Amino acid sequence: MTKYLIIGAGAAGVSAIEAIRSHDPTGEITQVCEESAGYYSRPGLAYYLTGEITEDCLYPFKETDFKRLKVQHINAQAKRIIPNEHRVELQNGQSLFYNRLLIATGARATEAKVPGNELEGVVKLDNIEDARRILKFAHRRRTAVIVGGGITALELVEGFRSRGLNVHYFLRGDRYWSNLLDETESHIVEHRLKEEGIQIHYQTELAEILGKRGRVTGVLTTDGNKINCDIVGIAIGIQPRKGIADDTGIMIDRGISVDEFLNTNIPDIYAAGDVAQVYDPTVGKAILDSLWGPARRQGYIAGLNMAGKKMPYYKGAAFNVTRLAGLTTTIIGTLGGREEDTDVVGIVRGDSESWRQMPDAIAAQANFNVNRLRVLVSENHFVGALLMGDQTLSRAIHHIIIEKTDISPIRERILNPSLSIMDVIADFWIEISPVHGRKEHATIKS
Amino acid sequence: MSLRNLFSAENTRRQVIVEGLVVPEFSRCVQCGICAYHCPIGIDVRRHAWLGEPINDSHCLTCGECVARCPRGVLRFERSGLFSESFESTHDNNENEGTPK
Repeated sequence: MTKYLIIGAGAAGVSAIEAIRSHDPTGEITQVCEESAGYYSRPGLAYYLTGEITEDCLYPFKETDFKRLKVQHINAQAKRIIPNEHRVELQNGQSLFYNRLLIATGARATEAKVPGNELEGVVKLDNIEDARRILKFAHRRRTAVIVGGGITALELVEGFRSRGLNVHYFLRGDRYWSNLLDETESHIVEHRLKEEGIQIHYQTELAEILGKRGRVTGVLTTDGNKINCDIVGIAIGIQPRKGIADDTGIMIDRGISVDEFLNTNIPDIYAAGDVAQVYDPTVGKAILDSLWGPARRQGYIAGLNMAGKKMPYYKGAAFNVTRLAGLTTTIIGTLGGREEDTDVVGIVRGDSESWRQMPDAIAAQANFNVNRLRVLVSENHFVGALLMGDQTLSRAIHHIIIEKTDISPIRERILNPSLSIMDVIADFWIEISPVHGRKEHATIKS
Repeated sequence: MSLRNLFSAENTRRQVIVEGLVVPEFSRCVQCGICAYHCPIGIDVRRHAWLGEPINDSHCLTCGECVARCPRGVLRFERSGLFSESFESTHDNNENEGTPK
């Protein structure tokens, strides 16, 4: 009987367990998790902070689900892997034997290397403990300074604001998320934040966190300004939690290096999720991903391989869905930097009537007051797209990008500024999608 | 002819109530549970999204709470019988994630 050991209880770990169990009904599966909370929705923490859900909503699996999967849980930190003995030592003194091991330890928030970062009131949003701490603080404190340019920083900003705190948001550059969003998109987000009463400080960096009796009292910026606050939220990036692989012979680069089968350089040891740096044969590079979707897929495929069903992982076109200042936003394929490529034309359309008049039958969401679609068009393909607000065409565009659909029949119409790009794409989708398109068409006609 | 002119939203709404069902696009879902939290009759919508299965529970009111509340646009209405995404088969051919087959 094969003994499977999974370190980590995030999306990758749980998905691996499902995959293993689907191919090996009798193998012994043990999951080691450092956090007592076990498996929960890490992205859901953002909505827990805003008060849209309660903490008990964050747990997607019930006890019965784990029973069904016949998995044994150990709440402890994995300390050391001993590959030639096929053993993992835990902090609590236990030593576990494995036939196949999965490292799915995820990532942790990067700390701000500034004086005062140890003060009470300095928070990050890494795990459920952080979220609980934030809510405890938010209850008693008044003003927060948030530092960081990505999604997590915005989650902190929105979380604190929705709990009634004054929020100062520090951006290092001139605008929000400038390496992915274009100027208008950044400004849409910033405008909405300002409307909510958030003070954005551009070109502002943290120099020092000030405190009194061990608690945060304010911050000092690099240009010498002082802002009084009692909370400092830091979201300046994440790092793979790869320490477990140190001095084991497991190959490490920026993350734990794995091939397209999610296998490390050691035959029975696999890695998946945020901790894994996965070789992608289609681009010939090893890539770090820190999103729920890829973590789940990597975990699943790692699990299949561990259970003996050999299956490669292909990353495919990048795909991320998030919510920025209340706007559902989908980012597909390549966006940043490609505008300089003369073969690629960036097409942007702002708000349009046609968004709101799309029939509900194919609409996932509607009635946003801001909608925006940006598509990057190469000679014959869409290479990237960003949809903000209404997501009606998201599935169609996702399909067109990952399937590398030839869009030359509509290229001219796409580039024609007098035509609605949404209508052009919607009509094209009806033509090219034999299953969904025609039936949706039928729905529409009946 | 443009898609939006083909028929009015009012007709669609009625049709959704009669023969529609809620369908998830699992690749957008992060299992936050907002959908299930807001379901007035307690359907575990999130589990359907995890499995990539439509909400085929006969109790579903197609009230649209879950569709409207989902922060990531995972859920949409579709006419019954239209679904074709399933998690296992998508994984077996993972280049086609989240796309109709």
